[in-house]
Amino acid sequence: MKKLGFKKLGLFLGIAASLALVLSGCGSSSKSSSSASSTNKGQSTMQQIKKRGTIRIAVFGDLPPYGWVNKQGQRVGYDLTLARQIAKDLKVKPKFVQVNANNRVDALNSNKVDLVLANFTVTPERKQVVDFASPYMKVSVGVVSPKTKPITKASQLQGKNLIVTKGTTAENYFTSKQPNVKLLKFDSKTQQFNALKNNRGAALADDNSYLYAWVKNQPKYTVGIKSIGPKQYIAPAVKKGNKSLLNYTNKEIKTLTDKGFFKKDYNSQLKPYFGKEVTPQDIIIK
Amino acid sequence: MAHSGINVLFEGRNLIRLFGGLWTTIEIAAVALILGLILGVILGVLRTFQNRLLRVILRLYLEFFRIIPTVVLLFLFYYILPKQMGLNLLANEVATLVFALWTAAEMSDIVRGALISVPQHQRESGMAIGLSRWQLYRYVLIPQAVSLELPATINLVTRVIKTTSLLMLISVMDVINVGQQVVEANNQKYPTGVFWVYGIIFVMYFAIDYPLSWWAKRMDKKRLERANG
Repeated sequence: MKKLGFKKLGLFLGIAASLALVLSGCGSSSKSSSSASSTNKGQSTMQQIKKRGTIRIAVFGDLPPYGWVNKQGQRVGYDLTLARQIAKDLKVKPKFVQVNANNRVDALNSNKVDLVLANFTVTPERKQVVDFASPYMKVSVGVVSPKTKPITKASQLQGKNLIVTKGTTAENYFTSKQPNVKLLKFDSKTQQFNALKNNRGAALADDNSYLYAWVKNQPKYTVGIKSIGPKQYIAPAVKKGNKSLLNYTNKEIKTLTDKGFFKKDYNSQLKPYFGKEVTPQDIIIK
Repeated sequence: MAHSGINVLFEGRNLIRLFGGLWTTIEIAAVALILGLILGVILGVLRTFQNRLLRVILRLYLEFFRIIPTVVLLFLFYYILPKQMGLNLLANEVATLVFALWTAAEMSDIVRGALISVPQHQRESGMAIGLSRWQLYRYVLIPQAVSLELPATINLVTRVIKTTSLLMLISVMDVINVGQQVVEANNQKYPTGVFWVYGIIFVMYFAIDYPLSWWAKRMDKKRLERANG
């Protein structure tokens, strides 16, 4: 009897200790991330990137036409063209790290990448944890639904299931501004569109340019709400406090904009995907 | 044309890429299993010792890895620990490390269970003929425990291989991740491609895991036949 008591006590202590370990880990990690940014520790400044000879860039691997992998196994897309141009102008090699929407911030903060070029929309919440450079694209949230049961007003979504991808602007917008809409959250773009096709929700919300591209090949669906919420900008992001890389990226975006690089990029990467409803002026920044 | 979704597999280098992803999966699982099983056996033996402190520490280790979901462990090791310690490992290394530690934890419990279920008279007989502790384990307990623990071990191996499908969360280009790239890139030309891509991934995992679980079943049957005559 006594022995059993000890065992139980041991087990209880074990669980308590491991929980404490994990919780304390989380607590202090958020503290250290803010202090790390001020001390400039563990991040790649311009000098380090040049010395290393490679710039590590977080990109999407499953989001045509922004960041995806073609059948030859090459990474291509609007973001990828920009990424290669930045690496070329820096005279270093790009090294791509594939991320999902909800680990873009972590990839930067844990120093896995130097720069995020993964259709990353600027939001006040994100600005607190990463530093955004000048934007290179603009979008807003749109809602796609089946043509047979189109959703054209946000009020139609009350109490219904809306499909979103975790960590996207669409999720943020509906969580904070439309609390009566029930969200069905997925980890990847692949999953969210499969969910819509399987009628798991009444509609799906994501960046509108991306939805235009998708409905172009899905005649049964329509972008019922073309734009909801404020206009959003898409920008490269660096780790908080990485001044040298941020300044360089800002300058680079300005030079590229002046050279008309983004229009070329639009025409080669995005135009084949978007319908006639979209013009370069809707997407790129002058 | 639109009906032949299977062609998505033969477009360009798609199939080769999927096998490349599978190879990454196998590589990580294999290295993690080899390291984890060795470490697990050692820890399992240590857990049968009488030292209370040692047992508490190893028990903590086991519960830590058993209670916390693998997804959380991967996140913890890939994103959170580097921030804390400035230790920056590549995704594949983190994956191998986490899976090895997890395997070791689970294995230690299997080994401990097997060792204590060797009949008590075996241990006592060994001690009676004057074997040292090392000899007792080496010649009496471990050889008898092996046949007891083998089915559970193979079961663990198949579980570890299956769980590698979580690795896409930390940017490892495993077979699931490559599969998703292929699905997305070909969504327009092959709307039914998703079925075939995941279909072939199913076949791949099945081809690896099924022989293992069949082997485990056979071993167990043989052991029972031996034990019960």
